[in-house]
Amino acid sequence: MMRAGVIIQGHERERIGRRPKRVASRRPDLPVALASLIALVLVWAGGAWLLNDPRLAPGPQIVFPTLWEALISGQLWPDLSATLIRVLAAFTLAMGIGAALGVALGASERLDRWFGPWLTVALNVPALVTIVLCYLWIGLNEWAAIAAVAVNKIPMVAVMLREGMIARDPDLSDMARLYRMGRVARLRHILIPQLAPQIMAAARAGLALIWKIVLVVEFLGRSNGIGFRIHLDFQMFDIAGVLANALAFVAVMLVVEWAIVAPLARRAARWRQR
Amino acid sequence: MIRLDLQKKGYGGVPVLGPMQLHVGRGEVLGLSGASGAGKTTLLRILAGLDTRFEGTLEVRGRRAMVFQNPTLMPWRRVIDNVTLPTSATEAQARAILARVGLEGVEDHWPGQISVGQARRVGLARAFVTKPDLLLMDEPFASLDGARVEDLLELTAALIAETNAAVVIASHSAAELDALATRFARVDGRPARLLQDDRVRAGS
Repeated sequence: MMRAGVIIQGHERERIGRRPKRVASRRPDLPVALASLIALVLVWAGGAWLLNDPRLAPGPQIVFPTLWEALISGQLWPDLSATLIRVLAAFTLAMGIGAALGVALGASERLDRWFGPWLTVALNVPALVTIVLCYLWIGLNEWAAIAAVAVNKIPMVAVMLREGMIARDPDLSDMARLYRMGRVARLRHILIPQLAPQIMAAARAGLALIWKIVLVVEFLGRSNGIGFRIHLDFQMFDIAGVLANALAFVAVMLVVEWAIVAPLARRAARWRQR
Repeated sequence: MIRLDLQKKGYGGVPVLGPMQLHVGRGEVLGLSGASGAGKTTLLRILAGLDTRFEGTLEVRGRRAMVFQNPTLMPWRRVIDNVTLPTSATEAQARAILARVGLEGVEDHWPGQISVGQARRVGLARAFVTKPDLLLMDEPFASLDGARVEDLLELTAALIAETNAAVVIASHSAAELDALATRFARVDGRPARLLQDDRVRAGS
């Protein structure tokens, strides 16, 4: 039976919703990553050999033994864990407050019009200024250190989450309202999955930024942590020590990325498979 | 049952829908026609309770369900969850209705893995599993080709016959409305009025 006016052809292949991006589910290739890191060490070794100044430009053959000694003597561990705890505390604080701010600004156009410019200002306050002010206002203590780092990161999280909120699919919100989905269900099944790409991006960029700022904070006003160690190495003009300490924490952050962040990102993108 | 007594609906001071009355009782299927942009979707959103910024009164008794112009599935949830999560239907109920709409075997697929036609069927399953008292359908067969529209029309007619709900279907296609509706109305003019009697019967 044919009816007039119902023939719309060629749309059947069209898919639903946003087209899945292949990039998001790209799997890390561990052997290649390892080979790439080994190549980096070789380039470093080659550079150090060419410069031929072990004091100013120590190669891996000097830095790795320094690191190994610090590890087995147990001298590195308290500093490593002190820094890691500061990173995690500041990260949790920044993600929580930043996400709340971003969601609020993204949800309300009026709020965004009034407070969006504040966010732009906050985004452009130099990290050093916040750190110095926190130490001066709060005192040279743990609270000031963690607050200074978090305050530096909050605007970035807020901006990313605000963009995520603005890009939300209004149809899905309608659907949730129509079927009277509860608050928790809406948060879990409608809002958070839509913000997942921004949350993951903010978390990744956040971890990288935060540990660098933590080191500055420790350098300026703490008496433990990797930043404090680097301060000591700086005063002793011990470049191998600076590199060994930095390397130790880079290794910790790589483990965090591979063991925690990357699997989470893969899980969040699992529906994009075709 | 639904009763709307609308004085005015405007966007930013510009009136879009003029004074209109609408009543749809149990078992009635109102076919709503009108050109693109005439205000069909605006009217449906008011009936659905999604747009409450209008002058007038809306009275709805019972559960509402809607089939959206886009299938509006959660792409990060499997097909079966797209039926159970919004509606709080049990998994068994969801499986039964998915089988009824011809989607046996795709319950555990992601929405990105199924075709537009299948996604529309999921939308139907989600609406009918709630056993609605009021069912709103906004261009339920958009972006499908002829043969698929035929299949889906038959299925929709059968599902509607089983529910005894008050149904409002908006479509620009006279043939679709002819196949499903028991009454007809057209949204026309600016601000739009509602013309409803047999003379606006879309097919004649």
